Amino acid sequence: MTDWPLLSLVTFLPLVGAAFILFIRGEPDIVAQNSRAVALWTALVTFLLSLLVWVHFDPAQPGFQLVERAPWLSGLGIDYHMGVDGISLWFVLLSTLLTLVCVIGSWYSVTERVKEYMVAFLVMDTLMVGVFCAIDLVLFYLFFEGILIPMYLIIGIWGGPRRIYAAFKFFLYTLAGSVLFLVALIVLYLEAGTTSIPHLLTAKIDPTVQKWLWLAMFASFAVKVPMWPFHTWLPDAHVEAPTAGSVLLAGVLLKLGGYGFLRFSLPMLPEASQFFAPLVFALSIVAIVYTSLVALAQTDMKKLIAYSSVAHMGIVTIGIFTPNALGIAGSIVQMLSHGFVSAALFMVVGVVYDRIHSRDIEAYGGLAERMPVYATVFMLFMLASVGLPGTSGFVGEILVIVGAFQHNAWVAALAATGTILGAAYMLWLYRRVVFGALVKDSLAAIRDLRPNEILAFAPLVLLALVMGVYPQFFLAPMAVSVAAVLERFSAAAGGLALR
Amino acid sequence: MLHVLLVFSPLAGAAIAGLFGRLIGDRASQLVTCGLMALSALCAIIGLRQLGEEPYTVPLFTWMLVDGFAVDWALRVDTLSTVMMFVVSCISFLIHVYSIGYMAHDDSIPRFFAYLSFFTFAMLMLVTSDNLLQLYFGWEGVGVASYLLIGFWYTRPSACAAAIKAFIVNRVGDFGLALGVAATFFIFDSISYDEIFRAAPRFADTQLAIFGASFDTLTLICVLLFVGAIGKSAQLPLHTWLPDAMEGPTPVSALIHAATMVTAGVFLVARFSPLFEYAPEAQALVTAIGASTAFFAATVGLVQNDIKRVIAYSTCSQLGYMFAAAGVGAYAAGIFHLYTHAFFKALLFLGAGSVIHAMSDEQDMRRMGGIWRKLPLTYAAMWIGTLALVGFPGTSGFFSKDAIIEATFAAHAPFAGYAFGLLVLAAVLTAFYSGRLMFLTFHGDPRADAHTMEHVHESPPVMIVPLVLLALGALLAGWVGRDMLDPEGRFWAGAIVTLPDNRVLEEMHHVPTVVKLAPLFALVLGLGLSWLFYVRSPQLPNQLAGRLRPLYRFLLEKWYFDELYDALFVRPALALGRILWRGFDLGVIDRFGPDGVAVATLAAARRAVRLQTGYVYHYAFAMLIGIVALLSWYLFVVRG
Repeated sequence: MTDWPLLSLVTFLPLVGAAFILFIRGEPDIVAQNSRAVALWTALVTFLLSLLVWVHFDPAQPGFQLVERAPWLSGLGIDYHMGVDGISLWFVLLSTLLTLVCVIGSWYSVTERVKEYMVAFLVMDTLMVGVFCAIDLVLFYLFFEGILIPMYLIIGIWGGPRRIYAAFKFFLYTLAGSVLFLVALIVLYLEAGTTSIPHLLTAKIDPTVQKWLWLAMFASFAVKVPMWPFHTWLPDAHVEAPTAGSVLLAGVLLKLGGYGFLRFSLPMLPEASQFFAPLVFALSIVAIVYTSLVALAQTDMKKLIAYSSVAHMGIVTIGIFTPNALGIAGSIVQMLSHGFVSAALFMVVGVVYDRIHSRDIEAYGGLAERMPVYATVFMLFMLASVGLPGTSGFVGEILVIVGAFQHNAWVAALAATGTILGAAYMLWLYRRVVFGALVKDSLAAIRDLRPNEILAFAPLVLLALVMGVYPQFFLAPMAVSVAAVLERFSAAAGGLALR
Repeated sequence: MLHVLLVFSPLAGAAIAGLFGRLIGDRASQLVTCGLMALSALCAIIGLRQLGEEPYTVPLFTWMLVDGFAVDWALRVDTLSTVMMFVVSCISFLIHVYSIGYMAHDDSIPRFFAYLSFFTFAMLMLVTSDNLLQLYFGWEGVGVASYLLIGFWYTRPSACAAAIKAFIVNRVGDFGLALGVAATFFIFDSISYDEIFRAAPRFADTQLAIFGASFDTLTLICVLLFVGAIGKSAQLPLHTWLPDAMEGPTPVSALIHAATMVTAGVFLVARFSPLFEYAPEAQALVTAIGASTAFFAATVGLVQNDIKRVIAYSTCSQLGYMFAAAGVGAYAAGIFHLYTHAFFKALLFLGAGSVIHAMSDEQDMRRMGGIWRKLPLTYAAMWIGTLALVGFPGTSGFFSKDAIIEATFAAHAPFAGYAFGLLVLAAVLTAFYSGRLMFLTFHGDPRADAHTMEHVHESPPVMIVPLVLLALGALLAGWVGRDMLDPEGRFWAGAIVTLPDNRVLEEMHHVPTVVKLAPLFALVLGLGLSWLFYVRSPQLPNQLAGRLRPLYRFLLEKWYFDELYDALFVRPALALGRILWRGFDLGVIDRFGPDGVAVATLAAARRAVRLQTGYVYHYAFAMLIGIVALLSWYLFVVRG
């Protein structure tokens, strides 16, 4: 079994499914139905296969595992090179799971161009898994930038009325980042003479060059995260994206920035990362306080949750650049947790949007009376989002705060203010949508969650709770990889980082 | 095993009623939650045999382990947690039973009982924690449970507002506690109690450079933890949520005020006595805040008209007594008062609930009166609770409250004199507002309309039996638990640590007679005045309120704290949010960033060579130019 190219299988199976869907012909209804079925089975099998990756992963072993390597562009020394470590493993699982959730969740809500829609999501699946498995620069870059295309299409075709503006904004922000990232990769190749990420992880690069490379990569990752002040594309993209698009955007695409910092900036450019850490802290703190305040002022449910994402990702970036295991492990847990919690929250908005066709908070109120199951699910994710202990949201947050405190108490204290503001905007949102008396006529006949929606929420509910009560399940397998990243990063500070 | 059952059976009850309540129905939900709560209470009573034994820990499983940050789920069993478990489980059980009657006509019975049980579970996790993070779990757990219960009647705007307020004000305190956890790990490399307490003496009188200044290490930690306690126990200046919390159903108020939630802060200070003993400045702060709150809340309680609000302010005030005791080093007296207070405060709230139930949901005392003959049992129970609250000799409150007042007099700690003065004053006020509550509610002419008066009836047995049991507790608990004040600390068996030079529990027995009699004078004065005001000459209060209009308004409006916070924090935060969003996000970043670039590129593209429009081309073109420019710069400038 381990001889199988498991990672390639997980990566490209969705693409096979997508190709298969393209060949479906016939009556529109039947095509739609068959496309859904094929997409569901493909996503399910892909997810199960990705679980096999987890089964075969040996947490005690450092470095990349399940490695596949084949010469690709042999003249340039570029290989097809795949592998996972204790960090990327979880993002692979997150991607396959969320794709499955998206397919289930949009079973009834998407009725136009179903075939193309399912193809887009399966292609997304391939690209997302690929980007986390790729351990060659060129391969990574292809997946990394390739993801934007289906996402761009998903927003542009199935999006809301202002989708063109949103897609264009998304494009403009990513443009600058992409160019600079590509340049950085080329320079990295010229400096180290290899495109193999495992080799680059031990390469020594001149500190001055590091700084320029760091800034170039920062331009790309900071937009993806997104960090303040590069965040304004996110609310618009979310607002216009269809529900499942928001799920993958918030659940996986935002993590590419954090993953990039962990995979490239920290271990390959440790001196520069040390040098620029204060900048990251400053921007993150501004992000937490600023976007939390802005979230308070929102009248659009999706915008509010989008802004809350920026605040939560601020905790992540603080954790990544905190030179101890608590910070880094905490940031990964926070990314995973945000992966299912914010994904679920966008689905929560999607559920009522499908029924009432409004994202306006004012259009709702008193949903608890007609939708008790929905109210319960919403409550759970609302509490996970504000970081209630016992839910996944707490674990990453407290690890990062405790970790950051060891390094700089001010950073920890300012980051922790987000927990107060976060509670304020989320509770207030919940109060306005779910609590209160149900008086609006438009809501009088609103129906509770459908079985497919419950099925889509179920794994996320389970994960949010399991990760809250027994995060060790996730923390233990990533420990060795976190230590490896940390070793490079803190060595750069010459022991200064370890208080 | 005993303690696992004790702690987790309420959780099981909450899960069953919460998840399957619709399936199994109201009656089954009540039976399951009350049954499991009874099991928990039984375990807590059996667990009392542990008193005075060696402490031990029941490990469950690892919560998180990152580097040295090792956190387990575990149950710590020592005298302090045993007393707390006993109070929490038993009182909560009685409240569960009472709720069967009180909530009989509600639409969401399973949900209510699920929340009640979850609340109890969170509090039990809090008191049995063996590390700061599990404490934090319970801490926020009771916070969210109170949020759910205060907002139980979610269709009422006032209930929603009170629920959110409770959660957010608590979060402000929790912010301090979270930093306390982080600071503790920073200093001790551990957050487990055993290791912290063992290492504490080594850090006495050491300085810590942090936040750009130098602090006494243990004082800093104690103050941060105490910020959490201020929030949870509704002390100045984070008290504003507690009086509003009475928007929830009355059994919830009883649970919040007596067994769970607000006592957590006092517990935290007692639990961390091994640290507070080495942090006199932090102790001084505890004393000052506690005594000030005791006085402040009592003054506000004087003029409130809502029966539950009066009792709510009295809780605030009594918690202040407990903190004052802990602050002067008499942690045992603080916990002793916590324990007696649990009985009589639960009794008072459930009694008030019985009155409200009888009066067709009327809560305003101005529309009550003249009903004591119709509610004889409730009336008797309420008097017992009132006498215990004012510290009538022989009742439970007498033992614990007098002990606190004497301790503040005997102590040599800073603010002890301040505390003594305010606490005696507050005792007069307590007696006054308690008497006022009784006289206004039960005596005088009926002020309710005839229709309501016709329906006034004694509550059903399911509500009266808990009242009777609590009344017994309010009478006897003080006498039963008097060993807690043993000056040698034999009762606590090391669960509360005091330094050898802290002799306050001994010295409080040697105070002058006039000090010993002070609480009694206060009681007679307060009750006498209230009798004069509300029975003898009922026109007096209005005359006085008319003459002292500004003072009356000041007290009625609760010293204007809510208005102050609204002006200082709530409105500025909302305004700032709007300014940052409209002004900065849209006005600056977007205008000069993407929108500006978009306008510029589009303009350029129109004028430039007729490129086929479409973003992909722009993208490729820009990418190419960028690469060329940067590469050349790199090759010629950097390498060159």
